[in-house]
Amino acid sequence: MTDLDKRLSLAEFAARIESGMTVGIGGWGARRKPMALVRALLRTDVTDLTVVSCGGPDVGLLAAAGRIRKLVAPFVTLDSVPLEPHFRAAREAGALQFEEWDESMFLWGLTAAAHRLPFMPVRGGLGSDIPRRNPRLRTVTSPYEDGEELLAAPALTLDVALVHMNRADVRGNGQSLGPDPYFDDLFTEAAERAYLSCEQVVERFTGPPQSLLVQRQNVTGVLHTPRGAHFTSCAPDYARDEAFQRAYVRAAGEPDAWREFEARFLTGDEAAYQRAVEAHCAREGAAR
Amino acid sequence: MTTPGTGSGAGAGTGIGDGTGTVTRAEVCVVACAEAWRGDGEVLAATAGTVPMLGARLARLTFSPRLLLTDGEAMLLSTPEDPASAEGWLPYRKHLSVAARGKRHMMMGASQLDRYGNQNISCIGDWARPVRQLLGARGAPSNTVNHPVSYWVPRHSPRVFVPRVDMVSGVGHDRAAEAGGAAARFHGLRRVVTDLAVLDFATPDHRMRLASVHPGVTVAQVREQTGFELVVPDQVPVTREPTPEELRLLRGVLDRQGTRDREVRG
Repeated sequence: MTDLDKRLSLAEFAARIESGMTVGIGGWGARRKPMALVRALLRTDVTDLTVVSCGGPDVGLLAAAGRIRKLVAPFVTLDSVPLEPHFRAAREAGALQFEEWDESMFLWGLTAAAHRLPFMPVRGGLGSDIPRRNPRLRTVTSPYEDGEELLAAPALTLDVALVHMNRADVRGNGQSLGPDPYFDDLFTEAAERAYLSCEQVVERFTGPPQSLLVQRQNVTGVLHTPRGAHFTSCAPDYARDEAFQRAYVRAAGEPDAWREFEARFLTGDEAAYQRAVEAHCAREGAAR
Repeated sequence: MTTPGTGSGAGAGTGIGDGTGTVTRAEVCVVACAEAWRGDGEVLAATAGTVPMLGARLARLTFSPRLLLTDGEAMLLSTPEDPASAEGWLPYRKHLSVAARGKRHMMMGASQLDRYGNQNISCIGDWARPVRQLLGARGAPSNTVNHPVSYWVPRHSPRVFVPRVDMVSGVGHDRAAEAGGAAARFHGLRRVVTDLAVLDFATPDHRMRLASVHPGVTVAQVREQTGFELVVPDQVPVTREPTPEELRLLRGVLDRQGTRDREVRG
């Protein structure tokens, strides 16, 4: 059992990520993002990353810190706030390369990587400006009677995947108890190495078998990070912290306010972050 | 739809239904959205925005009872009268399969829309260095080449209805035809509902046509708020008002809080 104990600290995890890597980030928009892992990366000097994500504040925070060289994404959103302010600013400043994908292309690109295939054929993207803005995209002609010419979604092969689950065991099995697994299992299957953070480490899993989403042969490290998806949602453990998200958006709109936000929330370790959030919520609650 | 001069007349809310007063523009819009799914059968009615969501639910409770609806997250609603009752599970991955299979008619939003129905939700300005970055293409490219798509525009203006979109996220008729083959095979745009009018593509070359104006709106107003030349028939009908039963369901069951009026002014 001990040789299968994959637990490690956030600092140990962050030390394993190198500049220039291709990093896939699970979750969707502002839902079940491995935010504790993202915050751990912000405490290192890792940069020049290619980030692959159905983007939310993970992309926002990394973009604001100038860590993203290239972003591969079908969207970046905070859901209840449609536009992600840091992503917007980075794009408008020309601060990152953007490879804009369609959602179904993205799904099949991850699937291709997980299946060790060079591409998967998709219809989505044809006729749109997606291929026109992306010179590496190619079409493929069906070898069968239909002869259809389809888009070849290239494999989204990742160096590293980061995902956050409700429960995990020390071996790296992950359980998703929320209504949507998103593409998290695919991210771990498309990656050379995957790091799994979780709300609780358990000895035994309970719940329906379908919730056992992530398998240990695809996981390199396990991190116990309670409220590690904050401020995104982690159903059913907690909902998105809408008030905090609004504070994030307000701060992101103004350089001085952002520096203050960083100083308050992003300079210490994860425990300091969680304490600062608690203090912030108590203050806001008292003010209301 | 009724023709001008018949029915309840332009802009004259008649206080039909549950007797609580004038029919609002938002309610006309909900019904115009609902009409998009008329005759669709057993397909998923997917939506973005409050008014289309209410429209889909209204259609399901009235003239399109076989429609499938989501709760906005990963569950299929057993009935819109009870948002907690699920009849199925539809996480994003399965949603994309339903789309690829074509058993879906989605009403999407649009930051820009041109005369052939090309839609942009990606960015404003040059894509390489946009003036304003928006959401990103999301599923618009695959939706439009896989299944019927309609659009909802809560503020009809020349900023949305433009001669040329800055990025083709959702594929319009001209681009589908130009790409041909696999791009055109399942392409089909149905209608565009705005706060002023209903538009469709029922013209020989699939250019956008004014299908009806909402009660109280003139053809000139719609033309003025559209940044390209619309095809306008000699007789433009008036969008029909909700029936008493539709008003009862909308006001008393589907949207007691009146969220519809926050999305559409007037």
